[in-house]
Order: sequence, then structure tokens, then C-alpha cells
Amino acid sequence: MAKVIVVTSGKGGVGKTTTTAALGAALARTGQKVCVVDFDVGLRNLDLIMGAERRVVYDLINVVQGDAKLNQALIRDKRLATLSLLPASQTRDKDALTDEGVARVIGELREKFDWVICDSPAGIERGATLAMRHADIAVVVTNPEVSSVRDSDRIIGLLDSKTERAEKGERLEKHLILTRYDPGRAERGEMLKIDDVLEILSIPLLAVIPESEEVLKASNLGSPVTLNAPQSAPARAYADAVRRLKGETVAMTVPAEKRSLLGKLFTRRAA
Amino acid sequence: MTSQTQTRPPIRFRGRSFLAVVLAPEAPIEDWLADLDALARRSPAFFAGRAVILDVTALAPSRDALKDLVAALTEREIPIMGIEGAGSGSLGPGMPPPIHGGRPSGEVAMPGETPAAPIERVTGAKSLMLESPVRSGQAILFPEGDVTVMGSVASGAEVIAGGSIHIYGALRGRAIAGAAGSPGARIFCRKFEPELLAIDGLYRIADDIDPTLRGRAVQVWLEGDAMRTAALD
Repeated sequence: MAKVIVVTSGKGGVGKTTTTAALGAALARTGQKVCVVDFDVGLRNLDLIMGAERRVVYDLINVVQGDAKLNQALIRDKRLATLSLLPASQTRDKDALTDEGVARVIGELREKFDWVICDSPAGIERGATLAMRHADIAVVVTNPEVSSVRDSDRIIGLLDSKTERAEKGERLEKHLILTRYDPGRAERGEMLKIDDVLEILSIPLLAVIPESEEVLKASNLGSPVTLNAPQSAPARAYADAVRRLKGETVAMTVPAEKRSLLGKLFTRRAA
Repeated sequence: MTSQTQTRPPIRFRGRSFLAVVLAPEAPIEDWLADLDALARRSPAFFAGRAVILDVTALAPSRDALKDLVAALTEREIPIMGIEGAGSGSLGPGMPPPIHGGRPSGEVAMPGETPAAPIERVTGAKSLMLESPVRSGQAILFPEGDVTVMGSVASGAEVIAGGSIHIYGALRGRAIAGAAGSPGARIFCRKFEPELLAIDGLYRIADDIDPTLRGRAVQVWLEGDAMRTAALD
């Protein structure tokens, strides 16, 4: 039975698209059939992060409106045979998405794949509510920072009221991925600690992704961090998240970058 | 240019209604007056400044008896502004004017007597129980009674209750109690970090809240027009 995941946050720029790509690639590496779907119509980015921007012909809107078949729009990843991308349209806006069309496309994707990961746009409007509408699992991406946490709280409220599962009275699994976390800065009180965020949001923690330059490097290369640098701290954190999503019990640790002895001695240049 | 008559506004008649205390004496009149004296001893100022109507429908006194009664009341410093139910012949010069057409409006509470039951107490008082946290952007509106939240009320969330608000988690949003006009309503929470508190329309923002109470278990209530906060632990 296919599982539909929505990656959402409320606030923009916290790492939804990065997380979608990283989770999708990590799941596909385990042999699962995965499709990542970009719901950010008008501001599409997932194709760039996945390195597929030059292969987009048809998009989600074409399929929703019946102008193209799903198979025509799906882009198979060159590195992983089990990973596909359904890109968003850059020239249209979110009003082009219809309730029935989205329901039909998600239904078709469920038949073809083991996992469907929907990259939600920021905000709480139509695009975001349609992306979460048919989800079985929600992954809420949050930065350790107050505005991101409050927006995530708002999104969790919508997940509990606006999704198909919530309306049917069924349980929607909700998980938290805390991104851009820096243990040192959290310790110094410069960012929220993990416990503070969990206390406010009160949903289970799926992963803590440490702040790392590997993430930006991978994005600019058009390769998910879990493929581009699988041994890096963020990639290991995402890989653990995927094992937890598949039902394994994995001890929660915050992976740190491996540093040389000199790197440990000289952490930062004094101001 | 303008004459005197034009500058003065025309005389206007306005209607206005007042709540009058109606005294309905019962025979024998001496005993009734004794009861009245007992009441006056308990609360000497009860009739001061009140509009008092004398209802003599049940008594149906003669003209002289009515005159004696009014004199007896005037002696007790109870001014009579009108007499209801007296025959047209029994009132004359020097007596209060006749009055009729009054509508009953319930009992006037007597001082010194304990009220039979609290008037606010509604039988089968309603309450709303929420098992899940109230998330940012959600507003809980329950003007019928109390609201109990088993989780937290997030920053940007709002709980509006006609009665009291009980939060068994952290209060980080807005709590508006007594919205149906009950100053006796209170707010209780286990972790006190509110954005705004209000009881019966009197509100206080986070900046005006005692910072030493932050993060503690706290109750909030009204004393007259003042909002009070105190730790519960």
C-alpha cells in the first residue's frame, strides 16, 4: 500500500524542498519506488534540486487538467532508477490546481509507487492545503527559531482539520524534522533547543538535520544531499529519518561533521 | 437680527422610565407599620433616594385612613411619589397624585437578607472539553460556559469562553474569559506565557504581566476593575 507524505512548514525557506529531495533519494536508495511531487506551482524548485530542470516537458498542471498523461510528465532520475519527479508548472499559479484533478493524480501515483512525497508550497493557502489534502503522513519541517515554530504550529492545526484523513476522523501521522540545527548555538541560547521546539509543537521528532555547508553545496549541484554526500552529517540524519519512516527504531542522535584533530583544536577564528 | 424666541429651543418632552419600589400595605395597618420599622432598623438608608409608590388596591382605605397612612410614612421619611389603586374620591389636595399602568419587574432585593440562591447559577452549566492542543491560528469560541484544554494553547491561538478557562498545558496565546459578561470568571493554566488575558472585557497584554510569573502555574481573576494574577504553586 503506497504511502503519501506531505512535506510542509508554513514558513518559507526552512528546507521543505531540500528535505523532499533528500528523503526521496534516501528512500529510493533502499530500493523503494518513490515519486517526489512539486506542488509549488509558479515557484517550482524541486526540479533544480533534483537536477532535472532541463528535462521538464509536461508538469503537474498538465496532468491535473488532463492535457498530458501521468507517464508523460514523470521524469525518471538518472542516478536512481526507482526515483521519479513530477514537476510543477512555473508559468501557472496555484488556482490552476483543481480538487478533483489533484485527487485523481494522487490516486494514479499511489498505484505506481511505494512512496509519494509531496513538496508543499509555503503559506496556508490553496496550494498548501491541496498538497496536504490526501496525505497519510505529514513531515513538518521547522527551523529552531520562533517564527518558524509558530508557523509550523499553525500548519499542524490545518493538518488536523483540512486533510481528507482528518475529515474522515482518521489519524494523520505527523512528524517533525528540525533543520539547520547547530548544537553549539542552541547551547549558547542563540537558537531554540530541540526540547523547546518539541514542547511547543508536541509531535514526534523524526530527525534533527544539523546545519551544514553540504546542503547548499548539494542543492547548487542539483543533487539531493543524500546522494551527493551520503556520509555527511545531514545525509546520515536524513537516512535515519527514512529508516524511522519505514518503521525501524533508530536511536535519536544529532550527527556531527567529522573533524580532523586540527579542526577540533581550531574551531573558529577569534573575532 | 435674531429674535429672542428663535434662539431658545422649543420645549421638548421626553419619556424616561425608572424602577420604583412599590409598597403594598396589608391590614392590620399597625402590624404592617411595625414590620416596616423593623426593616428600617436593619437598613436605615433603604428608602433614601428611592422612588416609592403606595399600592392600596388590597387595603382599599377610606379617605381619612389613607391620609393617616401617608402621614405615617412621611414621618418615617418615606416619600410617596404616587398612589396606585385608590378610589378617585379618596385623593385630594396635599396628597400624592394617583398613578396607574405600572408593569411588574420582579422583586427588589431586600438588604440584610441572604438571597435564596445565587442568581448566576444556571442549572446544567455547559462546559467544553478539548483533548488536543489549540494550535496557532485556531480560535475556540464557547460563550455558553467554561472551556477546559488538556494540552497547550499556542502562540497565535485564541480561547474565548463565556465562563472560566482551564488550561492543563502552557498558555502561550490569548485567553478571553467571562466573555458573556461574567466578572467572576477566572483563567487557570499550568504554564503561564500568555500573549493576552481578558476577563469580562478587561484585558491585559503580555508586556503588562508580572514577569516573575512566566512559566509558572498561575490563576487570573478580577477584583472590581483590577486584574489580579497569582502563582498557584
